[in-house]
Amino acid sequence: MYQWDFGILWSYRWLFLNGLGVTVGFTIVIVVCGLLFGLLGAFGSLSRFKALRLLALTFIEAFRCTPILVQLIWFYYALPILAGVEMTPITASALALSLYGGSFYSEIIRGGIVSIDNGQSEAGAALGMTPIQTMRRIVLPQAIKRMIPALMNQSIIQFKNTSLVSVLAVPDLVYQSQVAAHDSYRPLETYTAVAVAYAAILIPLTILVRRGEKRLAVGE
Amino acid sequence: MSETPKIEIRSLRKSFGSNEVLKNINLDVAKGGVVALIGPSGSGKSTLLRCINLLVVPDGGSVRVGDTRFAFGDGAKLPDVKTLARFRATTGMVFQHFNLFPHMTTLQNVMEGPVTVRRMAKADAETLARAQLAKVGLAEKANQYPATLSGGQKQRVAIARALAMEPDVMLFDEATSALDPELVGEVLNVIQQLASEGMTMVIVTHEIAFAREVADRLVFMRDGIVVEEGPARQVIDNPREAATRAFLGHFHRTGALPPATTAP
Repeated sequence: MYQWDFGILWSYRWLFLNGLGVTVGFTIVIVVCGLLFGLLGAFGSLSRFKALRLLALTFIEAFRCTPILVQLIWFYYALPILAGVEMTPITASALALSLYGGSFYSEIIRGGIVSIDNGQSEAGAALGMTPIQTMRRIVLPQAIKRMIPALMNQSIIQFKNTSLVSVLAVPDLVYQSQVAAHDSYRPLETYTAVAVAYAAILIPLTILVRRGEKRLAVGE
Repeated sequence: MSETPKIEIRSLRKSFGSNEVLKNINLDVAKGGVVALIGPSGSGKSTLLRCINLLVVPDGGSVRVGDTRFAFGDGAKLPDVKTLARFRATTGMVFQHFNLFPHMTTLQNVMEGPVTVRRMAKADAETLARAQLAKVGLAEKANQYPATLSGGQKQRVAIARALAMEPDVMLFDEATSALDPELVGEVLNVIQQLASEGMTMVIVTHEIAFAREVADRLVFMRDGIVVEEGPARQVIDNPREAATRAFLGHFHRTGALPPATTAP
């Protein structure tokens, strides 16, 4: 029988905390940038102009239909060779994860917008609003309410996806725990603790999301 | 009618794919006139109405409302987004399904046009909006959300919202077809009041008795053409065309207004 000894992890606490800080900070960056890419992708895919629609669709499908691990490696190793720009592992992984998340956010935002009854845009247009005014005043305020649960869900996935940046030696929680595991010869305790740390952050968040969904449903 | 008509539609054509919905439509509406558009579902009456404020862009012909004229078809440039918006601001439209903004209170719904489109100061817009709500008898509902209103109240708010833009012309697209029978009257009363104030109106309706009462002219459409047009009472009481007789006969025979139908 394996003798658990979590006490040994205490000496690595600063390493873990450091990694957790990187993970959380990284998540904030890729969620914010991802939402920006998502907005661009959604508006592009709904554009009147075919070229923009095509561009947005290409972006969305390219990032949605390839594995994030492959994208991370590709951005770090292949892109510098092709584009001739040197990127730090942090830049490369932030870019890849933001674009990856952005492709999913795009579809959520687009779906939210098209779910609003066409009569709403018609009513706006009939009042003399331009399409941009109608979008800003009438459609988006209603659509955002519907998008929030799905956006939160995707952001939770993004949080967990940051664990993949360890393959590019970005010192996140998983990377630091690898260091700790190798140093202590205690991988079982280390990775169990890491799993608990992710869950401890995410479970309260999921509860919040679920509550938010209920509140939004009542408001409909 | 020696006066220039307020609305003038010439040789209007519109197809959706291979389906020709409007075939060479001509229509005049005098200033202060009320025209009722009737006809079976799919006759093109709703599309014609939507062509008047260019919610539907015609394939050919011309539309003039007041001093603004648009021509469509070969070589004609489609009006740009800003021109269209400015034009639509001068016509009010009321929809079958109300299309109130559910995230805004009744008052905010009515203020939205004046504030966003006419750039009116909030306080002025509120005064105007409250006056319009009072006019449709809903002053006390100002702070409620549309979800809490009955269908008839929603439609009256929608009328107030359109009136807040102080339009020259009002367009009604089956404004009572989605209402429970007992709520139809309150909406028709508001429309009738507008007619008596001299508002120029085009009304797509299935309420034949109401059309006879309020409209001065009646247009019967079928399969994308105007079959018969004339003074409302004359067309309803003594239709010339067999198709008009057959359509109206349906109403007389059943002895009641037809059930609400959803036109395309």
